[in-house]
Amino acid sequence: MYRYDSTDQQIIDQRVAQYRDQMARHLAGELSTDELRPLRLQNGLYIQRHGPMLRIAIPYGMLSAAQLRKLAEISRRYDRGVGHFTTRQNMQLNWPQFEETPEILAELASVEMHAVQTSGNCVRNITTDQFAGVAPDELTDPRPYCELLRQWSTFHPEFAFLPRKFKIAVNAAAQDRAVIRAHDIGLDLVSDDRGEIGFRVFVGGGLGRTPMLGKLVRDFLPRRHLLSYLDAILRVYNRYGRRDNMYKARIKILVQALGIEEFARQVEEEWSHLRDGPTTVPDEEFARIAQHFSPPPWETLPSPDPAHLNRIEADRAFASWVKRCVHAHRTPGYAAVTLSLKAPGVAPGDITDGQMIAVAELAERFSFGELRVTHEQNVVLADVRQRDLHEVWQIARSHRLATANIGLLTDMICCPGGDLCALANARSIPIATAVQDRFDDLDYLYDIGDVSLNISGCMNSCGHHHVANIGILGVDKNDEEWYQITIGGQQGKEAAIGKVIGPSFYAQEVPEVIAALIAVYLEQRTPSERFIDTLQRIGIEPFKTRAYAGRDRRRPAKVDNREKEVVNA
Amino acid sequence: MPRIIRNTSIVEDDWQVLTLAEGETPAAVALPAGPVLLPLAVWLARRDEIIAGGRPIGVWLDSHEGPEALAGDVDRFAVIAVNFPKFTDGRSYSSARLLRERYHFAGEIRAIGDVLQDQLFYMRRCGIDAYALRADKDIDRALAGLSVFSETYQAAVDQPYPLFRRRQAQGSA
Repeated sequence: MYRYDSTDQQIIDQRVAQYRDQMARHLAGELSTDELRPLRLQNGLYIQRHGPMLRIAIPYGMLSAAQLRKLAEISRRYDRGVGHFTTRQNMQLNWPQFEETPEILAELASVEMHAVQTSGNCVRNITTDQFAGVAPDELTDPRPYCELLRQWSTFHPEFAFLPRKFKIAVNAAAQDRAVIRAHDIGLDLVSDDRGEIGFRVFVGGGLGRTPMLGKLVRDFLPRRHLLSYLDAILRVYNRYGRRDNMYKARIKILVQALGIEEFARQVEEEWSHLRDGPTTVPDEEFARIAQHFSPPPWETLPSPDPAHLNRIEADRAFASWVKRCVHAHRTPGYAAVTLSLKAPGVAPGDITDGQMIAVAELAERFSFGELRVTHEQNVVLADVRQRDLHEVWQIARSHRLATANIGLLTDMICCPGGDLCALANARSIPIATAVQDRFDDLDYLYDIGDVSLNISGCMNSCGHHHVANIGILGVDKNDEEWYQITIGGQQGKEAAIGKVIGPSFYAQEVPEVIAALIAVYLEQRTPSERFIDTLQRIGIEPFKTRAYAGRDRRRPAKVDNREKEVVNA
Repeated sequence: MPRIIRNTSIVEDDWQVLTLAEGETPAAVALPAGPVLLPLAVWLARRDEIIAGGRPIGVWLDSHEGPEALAGDVDRFAVIAVNFPKFTDGRSYSSARLLRERYHFAGEIRAIGDVLQDQLFYMRRCGIDAYALRADKDIDRALAGLSVFSETYQAAVDQPYPLFRRRQAQGSA
């Protein structure tokens, strides 16, 4: 993975000093609460329902074992011994002390980490495929491009105060595992007919209260132009994006208002002044960064490994785990492993300090000392020998990291919700727990098969409910928590925004409504269909009808305004 | 006399910012004696009269007013100010860069409005070289805001080459 040189380190160290001084000026009364706010947000510090929350950047999800050990230590020393992984592949600490945050940033800097631009109206953490570099369906490793973008976006002087936050994701695989079309800019690595590497560029995607998929703004951008072209997009957005209404300030609204053709024309016009300038990236720089992501010293191994096959044969529980949590690797004899952070009764994406140490040890022993955070809020060991999988499973299981539910109904993406987040309209973790309780039989979950269920506690959609096969959104009606359900959303190359099935439900109804949706699928499916396939074939109506069967008394005549925005989006 | 930061020093400065009060129009507003930063609308309405006056000319752009309107005239201005109505309004960073990089304005670009210590570094990088700090802030202390980082990744006005080009030059030297 990328390692800092002395300049990278100096920049991060100076950032810590700057933040320490800002906090000192604030505590001395020289910097007001309002003046500090954007500054602390650009260092990941929020003020939440119960106090501060610190969001630590994990650039494109890559962590070394040493970094994870440091996170364990920080969570124990400055928090309550638990961290929460987010859909931007970051980690949130929910209980730090306000005054101690400069110390935490200094600790992070000691392991080449920071909390730079994890919030605020600036370019946020760049995200990508958790299987980058090992996926068999990959054109090229996307991480060098992510690192280039990390450096470009870090303290970009022109774009630190954009109209609104700005999210970029990069995909290089046949299957888009980074949901690039749900981003302000989505970059799809492709090669042209002469083998030149470049990008298909999507712009104006985003979830939130007006969910939209990104639109194609450029069919092929040679990689050397990446930064100047992004400068052009960001400049058009910085100058002309709306600043009068924060709900209409994302770039998607500008793209929608101008139309993609006119937006593209403005970007091309701006770019005509910038292209081929000093920001053009030479091949040598791509090569320099790519060296940091050189493949680890993989061994020549038999594939499939016979001992591994025997253990699958002999151990049904292990076989189930392999089926759900072990993924193909481009190198014979290796596999990628997802350690599930979706054990029953645990808030999705939460990891304790003890588990962090256990994962760090697993990475050191079995996966070249590195790991990745997934946007689905799990952890991946990317380079495990097939012959070691059984041992990895046993160790992971002893730390409750081997729930065999990856891709299944209980592998939910879930935001912290009303229990912790000041923005939330409703709690999301208790809903996740209720769904876990209702679907606690693994065999039944296997029978249901691949289905995504995501939960957001408010319209900001941190839980990505719009792109789930089944999405749950918390809404507040007269101080009561209600939940609106969407179906038909999808990630990947076929990304789609789910449709609202109708008026929202009480919290207590949600598990049975989910069960009703699943029942329709089980009754209607053909042998090869996943939930989403059946839904696409038979349409939303049968699901809707079953979900509301016997619930008419709670069906209000009119959808309330808050819901209407999504219905109309 | 009011004090501003110019380059890296604190200096006395008597440019006044003219704003149109309720009921005043660009065509009719009285132009005060002494150096004055004119609203863009006044410059556009009375360009010939102002040029004929023979005094050093200053103008200020609000954050929604791009520098395009000044494009053919930049050589006429001693000072172009860019306004930050709120420090979280980042449009004037783009305006400043465009003035320098596209219109090759060589005079002073001054930040006015909600100008605070923690924005100075970015402003300097975008080509702003004078800073009228918000009046209630300690200007001496704010000077430190210009030199927070000793190295930067991106190309900008203060550093025409991105770090990767300079790293490369070092590596091959």
